[in-house]
Amino acid sequence: MSIEISLVDYGLGNLLSVRRMLEYCGARVCVVCRPEEVMAAERLVLPGVGAFAAGMRGLAQRGMVDAVREFSRSGRHLLGICLGMQLLMGVGEENGTHDGLAVLPGRVTAIPSVNPEGNCVKIPHIGWNALEYARDEAAWRGGILQNVRCGDFVYFVHSFHVVPDDGEKCVATVHYENIKLAAVVESDNIHGCQFHPEKSGPIGLRIIDAFLKL
Amino acid sequence: MRNFRLIARLDVKGRNVVKGIQLEGLRKMGNPNEYAKKYYRDGIDEILYMDIVASLYERGNLLDIVRETTRDVFIPITVGGGLRTLDDVTATLRAGADKIAINTAAIKRPQIIREISEAFGAQCVVLSIEAKREAGGRWSVYYDNGREKTGMDVLEWAQQGCSLGAGEILLTSVDQEGTAQGFDQELVRTVAAAVSVPVIACGGMGNLGHLDELVRRARPDAVAMAHVLHYGKLTVPDIRASLRSGNVPVRSVPPCP
Repeated sequence: MSIEISLVDYGLGNLLSVRRMLEYCGARVCVVCRPEEVMAAERLVLPGVGAFAAGMRGLAQRGMVDAVREFSRSGRHLLGICLGMQLLMGVGEENGTHDGLAVLPGRVTAIPSVNPEGNCVKIPHIGWNALEYARDEAAWRGGILQNVRCGDFVYFVHSFHVVPDDGEKCVATVHYENIKLAAVVESDNIHGCQFHPEKSGPIGLRIIDAFLKL
Repeated sequence: MRNFRLIARLDVKGRNVVKGIQLEGLRKMGNPNEYAKKYYRDGIDEILYMDIVASLYERGNLLDIVRETTRDVFIPITVGGGLRTLDDVTATLRAGADKIAINTAAIKRPQIIREISEAFGAQCVVLSIEAKREAGGRWSVYYDNGREKTGMDVLEWAQQGCSLGAGEILLTSVDQEGTAQGFDQELVRTVAAAVSVPVIACGGMGNLGHLDELVRRARPDAVAMAHVLHYGKLTVPDIRASLRSGNVPVRSVPPCP
């Protein structure tokens, strides 16, 4: 019996790539766009490419904001990818200040345009970078990074990054132009990747596979 | 330091990968999905599909090929060629593209860059610029595969594109494209130094020395390669190893399962 994944369609982003990787890993995928479907999901994936406000608007227009919040409190596993992870935060600062889902307290803020050495930083951050332990190896055990090694490369495309209020929720970081950014946040059943596992080749497959087996 | 990216550029006409010289004289090379899969398994960082006739004849695009590619190629895919409207962009992203490359439509109506950027984020908007060298250290913007001249200056257009919300610049030297005679380093250096977004250098790579020189002197963020890969002159692992031995940071690639 394969695992069923509900993939949230809120009108933005690259659903197909995420779907393809989930299917490649053996999941059955249902694309969902109604609150009752979200609530009934076994496991939820919130994908996303795009702007924060447009993402929240897409969820709100389909009546899914409260449904995703409620799902997150159910103990069932939720994976947010890129914008999908950012929407889990309380506040987004992209093109003004906007309320997020507030599943995890925290904010989404712009990558600094100047690094600690005073050099200009190219934004968006686009490319392959190595995952690092935010604190230690132990934080990766039992989560979506359990089959990944420190130093493995994954693919990032973003201009904004998440800053959880509780820094402990960040389990993996990435250094971009010597600026440390959150790469993975995890809190019990809530998981979020700033990078795109569905675009991260064999390492992405390991991450999605681990999510399916949680 | 940023990791330097290796991109396989697949120019597509109908159902085939084609390769020309200076964007002309096209030769059929084969099935795009097979090429994409091979390069993915060899460890390429990204795939770039360009529908090279869509812009000229205002017809069809690559969406079926892209959909097929996403089945077993799990790296970023950029799609360009013939995208005219926000609806075209939406359909392309929904077919599995991560980024879209826009050229002619942006020349005709620059505001479309802003519209796409606001709808989907700057990170998915690649401004594709076809550049031809002029006298006096300048370059002119062309479109329709180097056939049509705009009179715009490449550097100014690149900067305008960024201020409108382009997240990346794909910079193709029409003079060097398909010649395997080396990059237009001066072009790449000039644009990469003048914009705050990543620049992908394209056109002219014939050997590892060309790339080494380009990276050291012109400092682009990525290279898009066609000729050297399609004709089997170089493999992705060769290129990666060469960059690494020159202390250029590149991703390490685990084997595909």
